[in-house]
Amino acid sequence: MGTAAQYSLDKNDQGRTVLRLSGPFLLSTIGDVEPQLRGLDQSFDAIDLGDLTEIDTVGAWFVCRLAGDDSVEVLNASERAQRLMTAVGEIDNDAPMEAPRLPLFQRISESMGDKMFAALEGVVSVVGFLGQVLLGAASILRHPTRFRYRALVHQLESVGVNSLPIIGLMSFLIGIVIAQQGATQLQYFGAESLTVNLVGRITLRELGVLMTAIMVAGRSGSAFAAQIGTMKLTEEIDAMRTIGISPVEALVIPRLLTCVFMMVLLGFYASVMAIIGGAVIADVMLGIPFWTFLFRIQEVVPTHDVWVGLIKAPVFGLIIGIAGCYQGMQVSGNSEEVGKRTTKAVVQAIFAVIVLDAFFAVFFTEVGWG
Amino acid sequence: MNTLVDEILGKDSQPETFERYRGEYPVRVRGLVNSFGDQIIHDDLDLDVKRGEILGVVGGSGTGKSVLMRSIIGLQQPDAGDIEVFGQSMTDAEPDEALGVRNRWGVLFQGGALFSTLTVGENVEVPIKQFYPDLDPEITREIARYKVVMSGLPGEATSKYPSELSGGMRKRAGLARALALDPELLFLDEPTAGLDPIGASAFDQLTKNLKQTLGLTVFLITHDLDTLHEICDRVAVLADHKVVAVDTVPNLMKLDHPWIQEYFNGPRGRAALTAQALDELRKHMDKPIAAQAVKALDKSSEDEA
Repeated sequence: MGTAAQYSLDKNDQGRTVLRLSGPFLLSTIGDVEPQLRGLDQSFDAIDLGDLTEIDTVGAWFVCRLAGDDSVEVLNASERAQRLMTAVGEIDNDAPMEAPRLPLFQRISESMGDKMFAALEGVVSVVGFLGQVLLGAASILRHPTRFRYRALVHQLESVGVNSLPIIGLMSFLIGIVIAQQGATQLQYFGAESLTVNLVGRITLRELGVLMTAIMVAGRSGSAFAAQIGTMKLTEEIDAMRTIGISPVEALVIPRLLTCVFMMVLLGFYASVMAIIGGAVIADVMLGIPFWTFLFRIQEVVPTHDVWVGLIKAPVFGLIIGIAGCYQGMQVSGNSEEVGKRTTKAVVQAIFAVIVLDAFFAVFFTEVGWG
Repeated sequence: MNTLVDEILGKDSQPETFERYRGEYPVRVRGLVNSFGDQIIHDDLDLDVKRGEILGVVGGSGTGKSVLMRSIIGLQQPDAGDIEVFGQSMTDAEPDEALGVRNRWGVLFQGGALFSTLTVGENVEVPIKQFYPDLDPEITREIARYKVVMSGLPGEATSKYPSELSGGMRKRAGLARALALDPELLFLDEPTAGLDPIGASAFDQLTKNLKQTLGLTVFLITHDLDTLHEICDRVAVLADHKVVAVDTVPNLMKLDHPWIQEYFNGPRGRAALTAQALDELRKHMDKPIAAQAVKALDKSSEDEA
């Protein structure tokens, strides 16, 4: 038995040209003979299927194509071949595989226009969302019993307590990097002792809170968007509404409060860890004793640096929380959307945090907290 | 050079099967044990699927219908037992050998499981391209096109994305992809779930027709009593971690098993049966006795309602 599809052309006794197909004509074998058969320049009057060992719909469809119009006769077809050919033969589908696409120029301008309108709508719906949050907050103030303490505690744990190790380690390492790199540069001026000022001021004022915000956005902002988005997809949010629970009160406000509160604590914690990191490397590299470093910090860092950090922290927290919850609430349609919205939540949160940070930096210097 | 590559990759990565399975049982399951943690799903389960039949698999929720299917197609590693597909043991097969079987079955998952970033036509092309990458792209495209129509979709659906299709059409598109490699064995996981009655019965007819034309063996998980009555040659009942019975529907109804009785003789079971009987009678409306019977049955079902 042949294991490959084969064909031959010969004349029968009536002088007609017959194309004889033999062997298995299957999806797995047709690739061998298909190019030659398609390129056949000789015409034939009949196709003989008598020697076929196996045939599937691909084979049947191919024979139908070869036969073309009715002028070519199909001989000796087995019952199975006959059945398959009837099933496949009439099918006529010339629809393209790809979804229709507009020409390039039109596509670009269209997508730009879409983006503009989406941006406008985005602004409107963010303002709408803020309004909902304010309403929710007001109604909780009026009915404090409706407030979900359990949800708040749960969020405090997952956003705050559970992130202590990672944020601690990250800040500690950043403290080390700043002290070590700073000391190397300051050595040129013989001002290694200023490393203390550098580490203390930059971490308390800027980096402690900023790096924490980035970490919280990546860790918790994304989680908010994904959690709420999934609840939206599984219609949990709709179910809440029908029962009379406001999703803003139940889901959004605890998360926002958590973010605001925890950013303050985590930001301060991060600054402290960074200073400890700096102190450790100063002890090892510069010979400034660990405790001396910490006492010097008290002397060289003005108190208002701590305030600058602590004032920024809750604002950043609010932004991260709003971005996460808002994007989560915008999910609709399919699960792909959850991923997209989560990414958006993180990107927008980090972007907004950095823009605001730049604004704060200028502002606080101008008001004399330089 | 090529022989060297062959040697390294194992001789010929393309599966070589040119013959349809001629044995009696394409699927044989023996002593299957499945459990998740403490929860036992299957305990010493046996099942044979005959060639050329539509085997319905029924059972209450959580009796492991889907787990059974996933075990057979190799998505779930069973704790114990032996599974043979086309006479080839799947449980202790080399990956290469299992691959040789994998292109001989098609699977329709419950939600259709279409790749959402590809159009229907491109979805159907995926298995063909995967198994026969050397095939002329034009041929692949043509094959995908006729498979789409063969599954009962209009030609225009070829270039649509799954998200643009209705639930029933998505199921058909999933079926087209399952049929892409011209399989001998077809697994359907609740194909009519979530379809309206008209769509469901159309899908049933499609399954039946395809089975007859292509000579398929169908393993069909369902909750739909109408499907069971309408198209299943035999029905396997899963209960008590085992297949408690495999038989035709009329024979099953005679069995004295509490779950089977409840299932087939409950209100829904009876309704499906009446509908079936009515259909049968309406084919012979020319005979007066049939017309009378139809009238009587129509009335009795109205009373019941």
